[in-house]
This record gives sequence, structure tokens and C-alpha cells, in this order.
Amino acid sequence: MTTRASVRRERRIGRPVEVVWEVIGRPDLLHLWYPGIEACEVRGDVRTITLATGMTLEERILTLDPVQRRFQYRVTGGLFQEHLATVDALDLGDHTTLAVYSTDAAPATMALVLGGGAGAALDELARQLEAATGPAVDAVRAGPHPSSAPHANHAEREATS
Amino acid sequence: MGRKILFVTTDQQRYDTLGCNGGAIARTPVIDGLAGEGIRYERAVPASVVCMPSRSTMLTGQSPRRHGVWMNGVPLPVDAPSAAEVLRRVGYRTALVGKPHFEPFLDPFGRFTENRLARLGVPTVDSLGHDGLVGPHRGFEHLEFATHSSAGQLHYARWLAENHPEVIDGFYATLDRDLEVNADGGGATGAPQVKDNPVPRDWYHTDWVADRTIDWLDALDADDDWFCWMSFPDPHHPWDPPESELGRVAWREVPLPEGYSIDRAEREAILDAKPRHWRQWYDGQLVSNFEAPPSWVPATLTADQLREVTARNAVEVELIDEALGRVLAAIAARGWADDLDVIVTTDHGELGGDFGLLFKGPYHVDSLMRLPLVWRPAPNSGVAPAVVNGPVGLVDLAPTWCAIAGVAPSPWMEGVRLPVDEADHVDRHPGRVITEWDSERFGVTVGLRTITRDGWVCTVCMPGSVHDGSEGELYRLDDDPLQRENRWDDPALRSVRDDLVADLVDSLGPVTGGRRPVEAPV
Repeated sequence: MTTRASVRRERRIGRPVEVVWEVIGRPDLLHLWYPGIEACEVRGDVRTITLATGMTLEERILTLDPVQRRFQYRVTGGLFQEHLATVDALDLGDHTTLAVYSTDAAPATMALVLGGGAGAALDELARQLEAATGPAVDAVRAGPHPSSAPHANHAEREATS
Repeated sequence: MGRKILFVTTDQQRYDTLGCNGGAIARTPVIDGLAGEGIRYERAVPASVVCMPSRSTMLTGQSPRRHGVWMNGVPLPVDAPSAAEVLRRVGYRTALVGKPHFEPFLDPFGRFTENRLARLGVPTVDSLGHDGLVGPHRGFEHLEFATHSSAGQLHYARWLAENHPEVIDGFYATLDRDLEVNADGGGATGAPQVKDNPVPRDWYHTDWVADRTIDWLDALDADDDWFCWMSFPDPHHPWDPPESELGRVAWREVPLPEGYSIDRAEREAILDAKPRHWRQWYDGQLVSNFEAPPSWVPATLTADQLREVTARNAVEVELIDEALGRVLAAIAARGWADDLDVIVTTDHGELGGDFGLLFKGPYHVDSLMRLPLVWRPAPNSGVAPAVVNGPVGLVDLAPTWCAIAGVAPSPWMEGVRLPVDEADHVDRHPGRVITEWDSERFGVTVGLRTITRDGWVCTVCMPGSVHDGSEGELYRLDDDPLQRENRWDDPALRSVRDDLVADLVDSLGPVTGGRRPVEAPV
């Protein structure tokens, strides 16, 4: 019986990777491009999200790497026995970007549910970036959130500890 | 003033659970009466044997490859065409009360309209239709939802939480701690998905659906035309009807289904002659889909467990029949009886112990594909009672609603109006029905394509992670009504098989718009 699962969603976005990363690399803006997430608060390496159903989830930010353009986080507690989300922005070399949102989770069912949400999020991200307008794009233009401090690469630290 | 349409669906109901179809366990006098006054279909076939694709076919009049809901968990696009919207635009009042399931239930983000409506506290929301015009969601001006569970985001669960919270835990927990379909057993035999439920009958979802339907009808004007889809969640598992009703059927006296071989060796020999996914699931070696408890092994099913499941299923069927009777009485009290068309069917069947299996999956046999279907035309329409033996499809429902309402079927509908008798079937119906299965579950893929025609059922197993494309099933329904003998490899039937497969391939239209992602398990 499958107890964990890995689900990957990807979306080609007709914007340069630097522009895409400007949004993906802002953990405090997730609610502006992820359908069903209504609020998002970042304090240090802890992000708390509030879903449209009223449920709140606490997440730990593990990787925020502007060189690899990789963002990783982990939902802590709740229904999850295990969770790791990885969002990559990959330069396709023609001023377009492949955005990849991967979800590893146990129970396996949650990977599928979150994978569905991630797919919808990538669609919304592409819509806003390609139209050059929308709440997330506008928030990037307005500048960094005051509480958005650089994060250490916690994934690297975990791997070597 | 035109004809009113009461469209009644159940969930996962076998053909043989109705008295009018020869069922002898549940008493179903209301539906039997409708069948006696109207048209009873001997072979009604779904386009898919799981909920979301099949229900989407009913609403759109399209096959899964066209409406895009190719497995449970894939939402029907909000702008998919809707026969309810067609009726609304010619003046019909429209409602869907009960189980919708055009969108996934497991939705912590609240992304899907069905899950948002109860929280929003509005009867419907505006959505963009397939032709770019804005209208009520999927053409329904009133939506009020229930499913099999006391948990979740739908209206019934919220109603229970607000009014009768003390009974919520009495229902069976449909999902386990891993959010998989629960395998826990209960009752006297430990059968899976069985529980004694102390909920009073009046608060159970079957009566709630009837009550809410009556309330909506009572709010209409006397001269309104209306289309009401009343969608009962039962007799789909879990089998947890109100325990006050269990005495209706003494489970120890319930006969075992004809399709269940009590001799294990015989049962397994039948399975071994079918494509490999049958025996693999029976032995617990393959979990290909989300529609059955993954930790339950069918080979462990005992005869007593099957008796108890069958009995509880029958209790649920009786409650539905009685609830329908109440709704029909309310309609008659409004003076609409002579103008009322009633169509009763289900989205797919239930394995119900056939071949030693329960629940559903990629198994295209009568257990899942032969559906109850009764159309009682309005008495003032002058249609004579009849029995139609030739195959018809749930894809034919949408054009039938149009015909009742006096509007032409929309060009995007793929079926034809249901025939009113056998001669009408011969004259107008293509005589074949296509059923498709596709599933992906964490690297396991299964695809089936089936044609029902001329007394044959022929299934091709598509290449995937389980099949290599060489396997299939062929059954002659007259000789082998229980589909015990797979004749796919019978050399004497090679030309029959080749002809059916060629017709099947010709009848499959293109997949429209590519394969859309699975958003949730169910």
C-alpha cells in the first residue's frame, strides 16, 4: 500500500526566469497567486498560511536560493506525516521559464490534493506574469515586504547535520 | 404551461436492486409503479463506472473524452455545457438537491464551487457558460448538496453540525487516518464500510434530500415549469443506514447474489480467465484506483459479510423509494401530477459480491454497467408503457430532457432522446453504447474501452502499467448473463470480436482539449 507520494506539476511561462523568480522567491506573496490561500504571514523561517476553508497551516521555509532559483518549504504538523514542497524556476533560454512545483507527502492522498492546488497556482502565476498585471506582480513592483528577510539555506544545513 | 421534470439519481445502485427488475430483497413499490406506468430500460449503460465522469455525462450529454472528466478527481470545467442551462433559458426553474460531484470533494483550499456554496450561504453563484454568457452555476438556480458522509463542507454536513451535532460521530468515517477509503469493518460480520448508525431516520441524508427538494418545489409558483435533479447519495457505501431501519431486512436470510460463487476455487478460476487486473485486485496485489479501500483484500470477503452488506444496501434502497414517494405526493398536492415526467436512474453500479468483489473499479460487467433506468412520461403526454431491451446510454438523458421540454437537443450533445419503445429504439437509436475507464494512481495506469451492442459486451484493455494491450473481455449476454466466461480468446468468436473492436474504435471520438490533470482523489 502506498503511504507516501510525489506529485510534480509544471508550467511554461512566457517571461524571463528573473521575472518569474521575483514572485516565486517571495514567500510572503504566495496567497496572491495560489488559489485557495487567503493569507500568508512570514516570521523568520516560519510561514503561516490561511486557507479559504479557514484552516491554517504552519510551514517551515527550508530553502530560498536565488542562484538555483529554488524555494522549498515543509508543512509541519496537521494531517501530514511527511511533507516537502519544491518550487523551481528553470531558464529555458528563450526568455521563457519552466516553473516546477513538486509535492512530496505522506499520506499519499495529501500529495495529490496539494498537487492539484499547485497546478492551479502555476496557472495563476503564468496568467499574472504573462499579463504583467495581477496582485502578485503588483506586490513585487511595490517592493519587498518589510518582514521579508533573507533566509539561510536550511535544507543544506539539515542535510549536513 | 409545459411538462415538469423530476430527475432522480441514486449513487452506485445495481440493476437488480429494484423489484421491477426482478429484485427480491428491497421493496420498491414507488419506482416499480413508475416503471409499470412508463418505460423500463433493460440495458441502460453508463459512459463511465465512477461518479464524476458519469454524472458529467448526464449533465453535458457528452462522453468523458469530450467533457474531459476522465476519472474521479478531475473537475468538470465550470464552463462545460449544461443541459440544465438549456432548460433554464427556455424558462424552466432549475435545481439540483443532493449529491452533485462534478468537482472533487477533498478540497482543503475551498477551490471548487460545490464546496464553497454552503459556506457562502447563497443558492448559487454566477459562472461563465460554454457560450460565454454568464448564468447560474452549471445552469442551476438552486443548489443544495449532500454526500455520503456527515463530515465535509456541503450543506448536509453543515446542517447536521448546526442542528444535530450529537449524531455526527454515529456515521461511518468514509476516510481513514491516511485519507484513504476506510476499510474498517462493522455490523455483525465486520464487513468493510459497515456501521450501525444511531442517526434518526428523519435526519439521515436520504430524507434530508427529499425534504429539501419538497421545500424548493413548495417555493415555486403554480404555473412554473421546472427541472429538479434530486440526487440521493445512497446506496453507495458506506452502508450505515439508520439502525432503526435495519430490521427491514434480516441479513442472515439474504440469499447470496447469483454472481457470487461460494466455492473459492470456482470463483478464482473465473477471475483467472479475465484480464490480469481482476485477480490482482482480488488478491490484494493491485490497487489501481481510489474507489475501494486500498487496504481491503477482496479475497477475504466472507459469505456472511456479503449477506450483511446486501441487506444494508437493500435498506438504503427502500428508504430512497419511500423518500421518492413523499416527493411525488408533494408534487401531486401542488396539482402537477399530470404534467410530471419522472426519470429514475443511477450513475453506475456496484460489484455487490459478484466474482467475490465489492465496490467498483475497472471492471466492465453488468454489476457496474447494467443500470436501473425508468422513465415515466407525463401522464398527459399519452406515451404508452413499454420495456426497451436494446442498449441505451446515460449520454441519452440530456436530449431526453430537451425533448420533454420541447426544445431541440443542443449540437454539443452526443446522445439521442431515449426511445419510448423497442420499435423506437430500432428506428432511432444507434444501438451501441461506449463505456470508458481511465485511471492513474501513483504510477499505476489502467484504461478500458468497451462497446455494448447486439447482445455483446466487448472490452479492450489499453496498454498501460498493468496491461500490454493484448488482453480483453468478450461476453455474450444471452448465454452468459453473469459474464462468467470470458471468450476474448475463443477462436470461434474471432470475427465477432474483430467486428466489435473495429466498431468500438470507429465510435470513439477524439479526446477534446488534451488530458486535464487530476486535482484530488475524489
